[in-house]
Amino acid sequence: MRNPDPTASDEAVREYILSQVNKDQLRFLTCGSVDDGKSTLIGRLLYDTKLIFEDQLAALERDSTRHGTVGDDIDLALLVDGLEAEREQGITIDVAYRFFATDRRKFIVADTPGHEQYTRNMATGASTADLAVLLVDARNGLMTQTRRHAFIASLLGIHHVVLAINKIDLVGYSQERFNQIEAEFRAFAQGFDFETLVAIPLSARYGDNVTAPGDNMPWYEGPTLLEHLETVEVGRDDDARPFRFPVQWVNRPNLDFRGFSGTIAGGRVSVGDEVVVAASGRTSTVKTILSQVGETQSASSGEAVTLVLNDEIDASRGDVIAAAAARPDVADQFAAHLIWMSEEPLLPGRSYLLKIGTRTVTASVTEIKHKINVNTFERAAAKTLELNEIAFANLALTVPVAFDPYEANRTTGSFILIDRLTNATVGAGMVWFALRRATNIHWQALEVDQAARAQSLGQTPAALWFTGLSGSGKSTVASLLEKKLHVRGRHTYTLDGDNVRHGLNRDLGFTDADRVENIRRVGEVARLFVDAGLLTLVSFISPFRSERAMARELFPDGRFIEVFVDTPIEECRRRDPKGLYRKADAGELRNFTGVDSPYEAPENPEIHIRTMGRDPEEIVDEIIAYLEANDLI
Amino acid sequence: MHQEGSNLQEDVMAPGRLDNLRTLEAESIHIIREVAAEFRNPVMLYSIGKDSSVLLHLAMKAFAPSRLPFPLMHVDTTWKFREMIAFRDETAKRIGADLIVHTNEDGIRQGIGPFSHGSSVHTHVMKTEALKQALDKYGFDAAFGGARRDEEKSRAKERVFSFRSKAHAWDPKNQRPELWNLYNGRIAKGESIRAFPLSNWTELDIWQYILLEGIPIVPLYYAKRRPVVRRDGMLIMVDDERMPIGPDDRVEELMVRFRTLGCYPLTGAIESDADTLPAIIREMLIARTSERSGRLIDHDDSASMEKKKREGYF
Repeated sequence: MRNPDPTASDEAVREYILSQVNKDQLRFLTCGSVDDGKSTLIGRLLYDTKLIFEDQLAALERDSTRHGTVGDDIDLALLVDGLEAEREQGITIDVAYRFFATDRRKFIVADTPGHEQYTRNMATGASTADLAVLLVDARNGLMTQTRRHAFIASLLGIHHVVLAINKIDLVGYSQERFNQIEAEFRAFAQGFDFETLVAIPLSARYGDNVTAPGDNMPWYEGPTLLEHLETVEVGRDDDARPFRFPVQWVNRPNLDFRGFSGTIAGGRVSVGDEVVVAASGRTSTVKTILSQVGETQSASSGEAVTLVLNDEIDASRGDVIAAAAARPDVADQFAAHLIWMSEEPLLPGRSYLLKIGTRTVTASVTEIKHKINVNTFERAAAKTLELNEIAFANLALTVPVAFDPYEANRTTGSFILIDRLTNATVGAGMVWFALRRATNIHWQALEVDQAARAQSLGQTPAALWFTGLSGSGKSTVASLLEKKLHVRGRHTYTLDGDNVRHGLNRDLGFTDADRVENIRRVGEVARLFVDAGLLTLVSFISPFRSERAMARELFPDGRFIEVFVDTPIEECRRRDPKGLYRKADAGELRNFTGVDSPYEAPENPEIHIRTMGRDPEEIVDEIIAYLEANDLI
Repeated sequence: MHQEGSNLQEDVMAPGRLDNLRTLEAESIHIIREVAAEFRNPVMLYSIGKDSSVLLHLAMKAFAPSRLPFPLMHVDTTWKFREMIAFRDETAKRIGADLIVHTNEDGIRQGIGPFSHGSSVHTHVMKTEALKQALDKYGFDAAFGGARRDEEKSRAKERVFSFRSKAHAWDPKNQRPELWNLYNGRIAKGESIRAFPLSNWTELDIWQYILLEGIPIVPLYYAKRRPVVRRDGMLIMVDDERMPIGPDDRVEELMVRFRTLGCYPLTGAIESDADTLPAIIREMLIARTSERSGRLIDHDDSASMEKKKREGYF
């Protein structure tokens, strides 16, 4: 930065300062591995922009003798590698933020590590950046990691990229080498949505083309890195987008004032504008806007304001106030890209906290559609996600939230996932744009769709059909199984022969015809319950093969599990829990299965349980093992 | 109380992209509101320095026209400049804030002080330990601090919401990823968050903002003739009778000011004629000594701040 004349008058300094106030801010990210000279480049920018104060330099010279790697030169990288442990290892492992300024702009640099195992750190740095500087070592050219960095930058919504081809001094300042790397990168980057892409040959160590061109590359006519950073236009048309305002805090100092405080996440708002509370659909108009500099007629994206509305409508922290004419989506499911940031893998179905805007809700991943290899961009199926893996997935939330696709709005389209036990931030997500329309189409179908209900319950519904003689132990086993499923958070219901006969089937007796009708009705009821998304346990003697086959046909393949509770009739007769065998033998009950009505044992039940000599716990564990093996729980 | 600057706010809020200071201001207000909304019992650490003045100013803006929804707390080592204490009390009164002043009474009983015990023991007992005591005593689950990432290298990697264990310790290797403006304020009982709304401000931003907004600051920042003694290459102001004056010491009346404020025996003055805000900023722009070098506590080791922070220092 140009310093004011040390003899300048107060008035001149005041004017100089105030002229500086109007400069804007650029947040950018640098990525590349330590060997590419990333820290050296940032150190060079800081050094050359003369914001490295004298005693920081003095301290630096002391440190260089202990940790330095470039002999007698000042090791510029030491300016930016912050933590003790990192300096000892000689690598940057976290995100560090650095600051420098010129007369035109203030820069905030997120310095992030380049290795694959630090994908989460790069994503973190990229989330608040508008531009990415990708470093390449001119000797090595494009590496796998360069592609990875371009991909992550693109995924995080960065539209401006600088390809900094560093260490050009080590390839003899070769124009040919530069052109070759640039061409290769341009061809590769076509698939990404970069608005600007500028390649610059430079030497961070000696300073060529960092802040000044130097004499070594007369063939290069483009801007220096600093010139480009000072002038690149990254205005993201935020003002032109629909107005979005996540409410942070309700400002109510007294009964006469009720304002909604928050930061405008997109678009512009003016007094008189019609706005809507997205989730409730209640509308009002803007009465007053309190901005950072007092009451104002309008305010735009990025400003922290307090809005007062003309009507007393209900809104609180977590609500999104939006342009009534262009509302955000409100839904409890969306598809998103996820970056997993925890050592503990992501488990679909597990409940996490999801923070989007100012709202925190519980949510779970219902399906990992595929994970994406950050080096090859290949898609692969996945059941879980490990640290630093990226996936495309569906999420279900316990309550609907307002959001936009990330591509349309980086603030209302981004979220983090928090572990409910450790409170750690374990994942980051970006609501995906292209699936949104598909989701909407999907939604209309979802209203009557079994899959949707099942998905919102987070389980696979099925009928477990227990058949066996009276007293064989069906109800005991079904009841214990239901308890165990309940403990696992599964949604269940049990249809029991005796209970159903007291109500729905009160009009039926025990003739063969009535038995058929009994099973038909129970089969239909079980189908409705499965349609509702439940794991439905049916405990009926259901003695005839054909009716059991009829019931089976009501369900899709694999969703009807016949469980044969096989207990010899002698044992049933001995147990006789309800005294029915005794009555039947005495002729007081007619058409009793096994006495004077046949029982047709299943020929190919999914589960065949011989109960003799086994306790119910053991039997239930066997059923659970079957359900697990078949992905039903 | 010093207050100068101009109200140029109309000119600087032109439509379109926000300028640097308004961007920083908006981000800070956002952070302050997040803390107020997500925590049960937050507190703002008020150290009386210029960064604290800016932080307080931002907090007032964040909640206007309401009062601050949290108290201010000053950890008083009993060795602060007298003008700081006067400024503190005036400020609390002016803005109508609740002010908690905490001193480590155990330290007082043991007679801990910078002259008798040295800067390291004094800072540990009267600042770090005192702060932990106060946070525990009042059960605060979040505490705002005015630290900036440009101050010092280990701060450059610290999160805006910086998680502290039950023992108030910072673990630089196990920080929560912090993306977008989505701050994770979830904690278990006894744990806490230190929130740093000024993380992305530089010293120059702070001074420009003070000028632009006319924020009052302690008069010690302005040059004035003050009695000082030269000690270990630093100019230490004789602020009260506790300052030991040895036979070789010479008390000089020099035109000096302070770039940072703390305990007077540990805070070096610089010779300066800058007695107005523009003059201070001019001096800063051509500064030959960086900000924290005025504080003795950082001189022990360049990694000393990281060590202190691991132990619970702000």
